[in-house]
Amino acid sequence: MYWGKAIETMDREDLAALQLERLQKTIGQAANSFYYDKLFKEIGLKTEDIRSLADLDKIPPTTKEDLREHWPYGFLATSRDELVRMHSSSGTTGRATVIFHTAGDLNEWTNLLSRCMYMTGMRKSDVFQNMMTYGLFTGGLGFHYGAERIGALVIPAGAGNSKRQIQLFKDFGTTVIHIIPSYALHLSTVFEELQIDPKDTNIRIAYIGAEPHSEKMRQKIEDIYGFKAYNSYGLSEMNGPGVAFECPCQNGLHIWEDNFLVEILDPLTLQPLPDGEEGELVLTTLVREGMPIIRYRTKDLTRILPGICDCGRTHRRIERIKGRTDDMLILKGVNIFPIQIEKKLMEIQGVGKNFLIILDREGYNDHMTIKVEVERQFFNGDLKNLEQLRQTIVEGLKSDILITPKVDLVEPDSLPQSEGKAKRVIDNRKD
Amino acid sequence: MIASQLSIFSENKPGKLATVTGILAKEKVNIRATTISTSDTFGVINLIVDDPERAQAALTKTGMLVKIRRVLAVLLDDQPGGLNKLAQLLAKEDINVNNAYGFVLENRVSAVFVLDVDQPEKAEKVIEKKGFKTLDADALSAVEPFHYMKY
Repeated sequence: MYWGKAIETMDREDLAALQLERLQKTIGQAANSFYYDKLFKEIGLKTEDIRSLADLDKIPPTTKEDLREHWPYGFLATSRDELVRMHSSSGTTGRATVIFHTAGDLNEWTNLLSRCMYMTGMRKSDVFQNMMTYGLFTGGLGFHYGAERIGALVIPAGAGNSKRQIQLFKDFGTTVIHIIPSYALHLSTVFEELQIDPKDTNIRIAYIGAEPHSEKMRQKIEDIYGFKAYNSYGLSEMNGPGVAFECPCQNGLHIWEDNFLVEILDPLTLQPLPDGEEGELVLTTLVREGMPIIRYRTKDLTRILPGICDCGRTHRRIERIKGRTDDMLILKGVNIFPIQIEKKLMEIQGVGKNFLIILDREGYNDHMTIKVEVERQFFNGDLKNLEQLRQTIVEGLKSDILITPKVDLVEPDSLPQSEGKAKRVIDNRKD
Repeated sequence: MIASQLSIFSENKPGKLATVTGILAKEKVNIRATTISTSDTFGVINLIVDDPERAQAALTKTGMLVKIRRVLAVLLDDQPGGLNKLAQLLAKEDINVNNAYGFVLENRVSAVFVLDVDQPEKAEKVIEKKGFKTLDADALSAVEPFHYMKY
């Protein structure tokens, strides 16, 4: 049942004491970094000033912009020699962020994943097919190491190549998978194509995450495949996956309070909100040495589910993520900021003033179409140069946002103009 | 002589052509020929009209993206082999055709073939040397419509 019973069922008071001890150590460690050293000096903070968890609000939150601005080593708290791994977000220089890990950090991170997967029933005898992108994306390697530590047989399948995934299910009797929910739905159509019943595999557990999805969608996935699908939450700044995870009760995700200090704040006033009220999730790492992060504004909106979970774990639960405080969108598990698209478009000659991103769902496939206005002076009457412009835009965006959008060129001044901030995205995707 | 073709950028959806013709009808501009090329969700509407500058101004005023492209309007015999004579010449002279369309002027007598090539001046010299006549905008609108032949 429990990977680490003592810690998972720790008494709240003992947990708070553990958190304070770890917080103080983290503040000390963070002071080794350029960013936090400067910040602490600016606000006149010394480690001794943190005498209770409430003292945390003496420290201003850290944002993604801060991480970007101080790329690459501004947040590093150890020597580079101590580092054994890095993970980076997509985006061109200046918009990218990087997270560094020591061997100790990887050990803790792996432990969290093992804890999550063991909690839902994964055991040594299981065959785990990791159908997530490996590489700089944390979802792949994070789960991989966690499952290996449990002792399961890991198939590092990566994402895509649906027919091969299904073949692997058959050949090796996969019992547990890690997959993004939209891909799980798409895969069911491939089963159909091959005339195989999706319920006709050995899979009994699926971990779904990397993109927000509704309870309805989870239900649909469970109904199609006949397995249990557990919601997984994480972000690369907090290692990656393993921050919060559903237990067999499937009623909220336990967030691991021995590793993360959890705050729910009003996104505008930054005042703490009581358990049960929705606000922005703000997290502080408690055991990271390579690159500790204090009061990180995740921009994810959620609330603490009050009450004790039937599973007996004392770490509180957050509700499934409903939305964000910013305009980041997620397509096929990939994070995309409209500003990335805007920046790329403005670099291309021939692109006019306005553009619009439209997200649609066709059956189980998510698509992105970008309508781009043509610049008046660019049009020379020839269809060929319009086609070339379209191609240039598609290629340029593909390399930057990692998915291939459909690009429609439209007449100048034909897209809706808005007063104030332009509405750049129309998301038509529904359950 | 170099002729002018109106090229209008347009989204590929119903009503676009009607918007164009509505404006031209109001302006009393006469359309001699038209062709449309489409690439999925957008395309270009090409028009030979009797007053290209006035037409462009009227269309642009409503926000449309209109360019005037320089094209060759070649007078041909409306007989079997009429176009072939021209096409063979273009092939021999290595002249590439980007776009082309034709219309009959006088049934069984003459026709006009509109050519969009990369180097219209060079092509013009080559074509005229071979004995073909090319028409400019004025000449195009001045040519008698075929049914006047009866009078």
